[in-house]
Amino acid sequence: MGQTLAEQLLSRAAGHAVAAGEITLARVDRCLTQDGTGPLAVRRLEEAGMVQAANPAGTVLYLDHAAPSPRRELSNDHMLLREFAARVGCRLSEVGEGVCHQLMAEDHAAPGEVIIGADSHTCTAGALGAFATGMGSTDVAVGIALGMNWFRVPESFRVELSGEFSRGVYAKDVILALIGQIGADGATYKALEFGGPAVSRLAMDERLTMANMAVEAGAKVGLFPSDQETRRYLTEQGRGDAWQPLAADTDATYERVLRVDLGELEPVVACPHTVDNISLVQDVAGTPIQQVFIGSCTNGRISDLEVAAEILRGRRVHSGTRLIVVPASRRVYLEALDRGFLRIFVEAGGMVLAPGCGPCVGVHEGILGDGEASFNTSNRNFKGRLGNPEAFIYLGSPATAAATALRGRITDPREVLE
Amino acid sequence: MIRKGRAFKFGDDVSTDAIAPGRYFHLRSNLPELAKHVLEDADPQFASQVRPGDFVVAGRNFGLGSSREHAPTIIKLAGVSAVLAESFARIFFRNAINVGLPAVICDTGSIQAGDELELDLEAGELVNVTRGERQRVTPLPPVMLAILEDGGLLEHIKKHGGLKLEV
Ligand code: SF4
Repeated sequence: MGQTLAEQLLSRAAGHAVAAGEITLARVDRCLTQDGTGPLAVRRLEEAGMVQAANPAGTVLYLDHAAPSPRRELSNDHMLLREFAARVGCRLSEVGEGVCHQLMAEDHAAPGEVIIGADSHTCTAGALGAFATGMGSTDVAVGIALGMNWFRVPESFRVELSGEFSRGVYAKDVILALIGQIGADGATYKALEFGGPAVSRLAMDERLTMANMAVEAGAKVGLFPSDQETRRYLTEQGRGDAWQPLAADTDATYERVLRVDLGELEPVVACPHTVDNISLVQDVAGTPIQQVFIGSCTNGRISDLEVAAEILRGRRVHSGTRLIVVPASRRVYLEALDRGFLRIFVEAGGMVLAPGCGPCVGVHEGILGDGEASFNTSNRNFKGRLGNPEAFIYLGSPATAAATALRGRITDPREVLE
Repeated sequence: MIRKGRAFKFGDDVSTDAIAPGRYFHLRSNLPELAKHVLEDADPQFASQVRPGDFVVAGRNFGLGSSREHAPTIIKLAGVSAVLAESFARIFFRNAINVGLPAVICDTGSIQAGDELELDLEAGELVNVTRGERQRVTPLPPVMLAILEDGGLLEHIKKHGGLKLEV
């Protein structure tokens, strides 16, 4: 019987064929932690007397959530992680290099691998055909020390994509609409496997956006096949050798098949305080917005900044609104610099902050005031997420965010696109 | 072992941001301090009212959101004997077991705030003493039960000299 992509990947890592529903031990190729979860992983290993890395080259500790650090406690956590990395010989990604998931995609993740990360959006690397999933500090600590962990093989939902985007609609709208349709727990424990005729036309940046948010429907992974676009992307990153073709078997069994015609979608927004609270942008247009954040592991890539820059070129951000742009990595930052996007943002009245998570998680930058509303290109709008439970967060595409920054109110991007 | 305590009632979709808010990110290396804010954005009174043995009782998809293991860790540190919910988000569920906090799937609809509960995990039974109701809870997969009984994942590894799926 045919295998889903999730079954294929876990079978390789387990060393024998496994099927959905089974629990198996499996090899872990890469482990990541970030500065919010890494210190706990380190302490757990210390407590257990297991300060070791089975695969130091495949272990990366990222400093991205509180970067640069806003307080001494967090600076001390950064020091702890630097010391641990030096002790076990694993990699450390310094403050200013960027968001863990973007860097994992640029520098490390490869088709066929199993990646676990102490960050829920580790599923982002599923865009490259890797079985990548978020776990807690202890699970990842075990992965670091032993190079393996246990997995329950997920059942898969096939998401069949067809058609072409209409103007003003982007990958972010697809994944938000899908989460709105199935709900924030609609895919709990499942693999979301994207397929269908439109997949080959989706660029890696778009795939990363969609795989990133699989967890917002409760999914364990969001998987794309590894195809010519995967090869192109890896080659562009100087890692063409890491490519191999991968796809689900044509006779694989899916628990559910969801069909999305990209051509029928319209710009959408997730309204406070849950990601599945989806409305058409048109239906909430006019809502006043005090802050716009363009960035994060969901939409801080070069194509995202390009869309926003095209909308903001030669225009001014609304006087009642602050625009914060955070490139997801140093590479993205440099390319945006070279292509003039950063100048556009700054001339429009916006700010560009250091690569990293930025205001996404309410740790340091861009904390909202009581009653204020922010429009973010990130992936979560839970109460309190931007550091204040009395504030409101809307989520949408970079185009909708840029249009909203111009008007100071939620705005349909089709009204401002040239 | 029978766990006894009062029910603190929460709704659906209690996120890890509500359990361990990001604004206390700097307290993550000071868990007893962080625990003073446990569940603050879901119920600001909870941390000051909870007593050892009490239960967190919620609806669907408890613990959705981030992978922060600090969330179940501080619920446990607050003395909570178990979290009871209709369903759990995947990462929270695994994290809870890994840190030795029972995460129990059961029917929470009839449990009211303040009800006296008794949980017998070994027997898989929950008794609502206040309402005179008893129910079977959904059993954990054997590997998770073994980890929980050993007191958490690292204790499990220490005890068995590695990860064991069948113990
Ligand atoms: S950008 Fe936001 S969602 Fe992504 S890793 Fe950072 S805090 Fe998490």
